[in-house]
Amino acid sequence: MTGSAGLAVRTEALAKTYTGPRGQVPAVCGIDLAVRHGEFFGLLGPNGAGKSTTIGMLTTLVVPTAGRAEVCGLDVVRHPVEVKRRIGMASQNNTLDSDLSTFENLEFRGRYFGLSAAAARRRAEELLDQFGLTDRRSANPFELSGGQAKRLMICRALVHHPEVLFLDEPTAGLDPQTRVNLWDLLRELQKAGQTIMLTTHYMEEAEQMCDRVAVVDHGKVLASGTVAELKNSAGADTVITVTYDGAAPAGVGTLRARPGVSKVEITGGQVRVFAREPRGVLGELVSTAATAGVAVSDAAQLPPSLETAFLNLTGREYRE
Amino acid sequence: MSAETVPAATAARLRPTVAQTFAAMMAREIRVMRKNFVSTFIRVLLQPLLFVFVFAYVLPKIGAGAFAGAQGGPTFSTILVPGLVASSIIMQGMMAVIFPLMMELSWQRSITDRALAPLPIPLLAVEKIAAAGLQALIGGLLVFPAVLLIHAQGQAPDVHVANWPMFVLVLVASSLLAASGGLLLGTIIDPQKIQVLFALVLLPMTMLGCVYYPWSALHSIRWLQIAVLVNPMVYASEGLRAALTPQVGHMPAWAFLSVLVGGTALLAWAAMRKFTSRVLT
Repeated sequence: MTGSAGLAVRTEALAKTYTGPRGQVPAVCGIDLAVRHGEFFGLLGPNGAGKSTTIGMLTTLVVPTAGRAEVCGLDVVRHPVEVKRRIGMASQNNTLDSDLSTFENLEFRGRYFGLSAAAARRRAEELLDQFGLTDRRSANPFELSGGQAKRLMICRALVHHPEVLFLDEPTAGLDPQTRVNLWDLLRELQKAGQTIMLTTHYMEEAEQMCDRVAVVDHGKVLASGTVAELKNSAGADTVITVTYDGAAPAGVGTLRARPGVSKVEITGGQVRVFAREPRGVLGELVSTAATAGVAVSDAAQLPPSLETAFLNLTGREYRE
Repeated sequence: MSAETVPAATAARLRPTVAQTFAAMMAREIRVMRKNFVSTFIRVLLQPLLFVFVFAYVLPKIGAGAFAGAQGGPTFSTILVPGLVASSIIMQGMMAVIFPLMMELSWQRSITDRALAPLPIPLLAVEKIAAAGLQALIGGLLVFPAVLLIHAQGQAPDVHVANWPMFVLVLVASSLLAASGGLLLGTIIDPQKIQVLFALVLLPMTMLGCVYYPWSALHSIRWLQIAVLVNPMVYASEGLRAALTPQVGHMPAWAFLSVLVGGTALLAWAAMRKFTSRVLT
């Protein structure tokens, strides 16, 4: 329980098993998370890993079957209304109110959260301006582009200045420009002190945006920490690739004995070295070739990525 | 830039009461109703309008005497006024809640929008019943003048409010009964089977709802008189008949009032439970 009051989100062995026509389907199998105020936290995992169900439980709309979850120190099952007052959520689907215009979607959201009619309209204007939607104010949500609809959903989640903003796959299905622009908006929000918890299956998104990440799969947390910590803990290596003109010189095999090198793959003229400690490896590959009188036609060094860490953790089989 | 640069944690915390949130949601319903007023209520008005036009104007004019009512008995229009107001209330109440709900619970699950408002989910169900009940009431009141005024010469309905409190109670209870029943059906029925709902539920409800004939007149078909008692529309029709045309034979007040009030409570309770279990997974 130490320090739980100071946490924006805390879960303890949180689990959800759906009972359906196909029997018991476990979606989340005991997840422990701790998100601090002001933090940008990412829940990273493949499709069907249990990310959305976890967000569903934290936003009170999915009832946990075991464990507990607190948002701003409030139990989500015992105090759902109090929790809802403190959170904003933009879900994966377009849940905009199609009976209302873009502007009214924001106006009424403000009023649901206790703003007076006038204050709600002011807040709506402000957000439309901030998110570049002013010229779409009278549009029906169905007339908005994918990116505009997503921005409107985030605006709507922010109307009442929530303490925690939940974003479920905020950039799924958006084109690269829209995605990058949305990232900028989210960074600005975080700079202003907004606590954000997002789910994503885009490594790049997690790497670019998140202070800390939890990798989930099959309803469990496989690893969590900062992006850098994850890369290290998952045994992600720097990959050095050198292609020679002709067969690789015999000497490169000795790299296997070098400390910090985990693997050397030699296929014809190409050598791939996986190293925790990559310094000097590329130089040695080149100088070995020079000594043997073999020419180097290509060389590359790839830093460890969250992607290799992620695949190490979750495996490579297809999902859904 | 002032408001959005204030860190969320230090921004003044809004403390809406549940009543405030409920009122804001009703304000939304009224805004939507106002926007769609013409299209919504034309749907409600058209059927009873055509019905009184044909049966209280055209048929008597062309000498289809059977519709003029028995010798010395009430005119057909006198029988139709409470019946058509009741059927409009029941239809409108059910459709006003079912149609939006089909959208909200399926596909994108846009119900999430309202479900995340700071209101307990069962109260969201109550809000839906209240909003649809309001639409039903408006529908019934709009139909009233139409069915009162359209008739052939000598076929004027003999209508006056004999008992105001009962009239208001029956109007309000019927509206809420329809809305509660609609919410329950809307949460049970698969959205793809909505056509079936109309064919199998709404049409027989109207035809066998004592809309076009008083319940007491069914005594000559005893089995039908008993069978139609499962139909809630019967109680709305008979309730309005008692309040507006007491001279026409009608069901005793204790019978329709207990069904209208008790049924509303029962259906609302069941709808709240079912709705909550659909929204919270």
